[in-house]
Amino acid sequence: MIELVAIERTFAVGDQVVRALDGVTLTIAPGEYVSIMGPSGSGKSTLLNVLGLLDRPTAGHYLLEGRDTTTMTEDDLARARRERIGFVFQFFHLVPRLTAAQNVELPMLLAERAPAERKRRVDELLGAMSLSPRAHHRPDQLSGGQRQRVAIARATALEPAMLLADEPTGNLDRASSHDIVDLLEKLNGKGLTLIVVTHDPNLGERARRKIRMADGKIVGDVR
Amino acid sequence: MIGREVLAFAWGSLWAARTRSALTVSAMAIGVAAVVMLTWLGESARAFVADQFAAIGVHLVVVLPGRQETVGGMPPILSEIPRDLTIDDALALRKSPSVRRVAPLAFGTAPISYGGKERECPILGSTHEMLAIRHLTLAQGAFLEGVDPHRGAGLCVVGSKVREELFGTGSAIGRFVRIGDRRFRLVGVLAPMGTSLGINIDETVMIAVADALQLFNRASLFRILIQARSADTLASCEADVLAILKQRHGGEEDVTVIRQDAITSTFDRIFVALTLAVAGIAAISLVVAGILVMNVMVVSVTQRTAEVGLLKALGARARDIRAVFLVEAALLSLLGAVLGVAVGKGVQQLATEFYPALHGDLPVYAVAAAVGTALLSGVVFGVVPAQRAARLDPVLALARR
Repeated sequence: MIELVAIERTFAVGDQVVRALDGVTLTIAPGEYVSIMGPSGSGKSTLLNVLGLLDRPTAGHYLLEGRDTTTMTEDDLARARRERIGFVFQFFHLVPRLTAAQNVELPMLLAERAPAERKRRVDELLGAMSLSPRAHHRPDQLSGGQRQRVAIARATALEPAMLLADEPTGNLDRASSHDIVDLLEKLNGKGLTLIVVTHDPNLGERARRKIRMADGKIVGDVR
Repeated sequence: MIGREVLAFAWGSLWAARTRSALTVSAMAIGVAAVVMLTWLGESARAFVADQFAAIGVHLVVVLPGRQETVGGMPPILSEIPRDLTIDDALALRKSPSVRRVAPLAFGTAPISYGGKERECPILGSTHEMLAIRHLTLAQGAFLEGVDPHRGAGLCVVGSKVREELFGTGSAIGRFVRIGDRRFRLVGVLAPMGTSLGINIDETVMIAVADALQLFNRASLFRILIQARSADTLASCEADVLAILKQRHGGEEDVTVIRQDAITSTFDRIFVALTLAVAGIAAISLVVAGILVMNVMVVSVTQRTAEVGLLKALGARARDIRAVFLVEAALLSLLGAVLGVAVGKGVQQLATEFYPALHGDLPVYAVAAAVGTALLSGVVFGVVPAQRAARLDPVLALARR
């Protein structure tokens, strides 16, 4: 359950104040499939960062599963990111020196899981993504689609409640895009809340709930 | 993250930039090796000097005629003429319970000849006790045993080199040699022992002290060598010697008494100071290496901004990130330190192979101090980059690509 109440996020650029988010109020129920669309600078990335606890709102309240995140400590926020939220990025953000398996293992390392458990889970995830033969390849030896699948495996390693995808297909060809969207929707089908930020109308239209943003405000919310 | 995982992760990133890591490690290694080797050289020199002093005997007190002030300033133009230091003075010192052995010493150079061969030699006039005080050993014969200090004996003992030059391979004991204008019967040959404190014992000739004073036509002894009963009695021995001589010289304190341990400890202090100074200069290179570690870590943080952002998105706490970068800095320093000690050890073993006089092992305190300083400077200089990484804003860090 995500509840945003009158969220403001302002940036000082020189002597100007930019309102990236301007009074955003939004409730997302568990298991929803939401797309956030809008032109560049409309505040959709900032909204995603706030939702992902990477950015703190300047004003307003963000209740994640009933807890007010605006009063949480940095360590609590890190814990929430680790255990409740999975990120999928346009540029994959895999650590180049680590193999696919090691990249998938990272969140479990940070969560201090036992080595045996980590290994079992990595095998399971890579198997589910049909990446087992590529487990010991480094990112530069993988195709774009494969990299994004590794990233998704990593994002879901600790079974988070929601998946935040920022242009997940922005850097992929059509076939890989189709694969990745399929994969994300399958995860959503298993109950994972899926929030996708995209420019791509084809991707945005697939969501059951479509939110449009402009100038830091929600201007459309269609189910 | 748990310690082992942090270590593995940090090692992974160092390995990924191995050229850069290796260069930093070598800088640290050079610093550590410099400190360790210079300290070892200093310690070797100190040990060498200490050995030289130990070789001339133990618990020694030396009496010189004349009062030598060591207060600085201009030396007197006309030095006061001291009272003679006589054989009786030397014998009187036996009264002190702290004194174990006394050897009066007269010194001069004179030609020694045998069968047409002649050479100029340092001549030492003394008594039988000289043997024990100076730790001399005889190769053959006897050493002025039972000779009355007041009377000439016409006996001599020669160093191994003198014996070889005068007699070659022929027998020497019992032969008569000429020293100056007198005839002496050769009764002993000293075992070879080399140079100690500038005098080559192998090239000297020893005769009875009374003979020497006559030979050189002197009234005063060159030195009196005294051996105290133990290290603890050195102080009372010195005091007794001064008191006895002062009394015998009509209340005049006209002799100089030097304790061996005073000289040894002075040299010791000088060498310790020198060693520390040189090691301190070398330690500067450790700080330089520490700054290099910082530089490398700053570059690393800048290059890995996206990685730090990702780790934060994945739920790494600030302290996890700090730990990773600090451990990397510490690993660089530790590897450098280990390599440096290994290099130092290698050089030391190679050097002792060629110069056996450089004995001794790498001083443990120097190894510990060098490794400690290396680790400390690495970690201290690693704090700033680690802190910078931990404070990175994940949004900005991820936006970069």
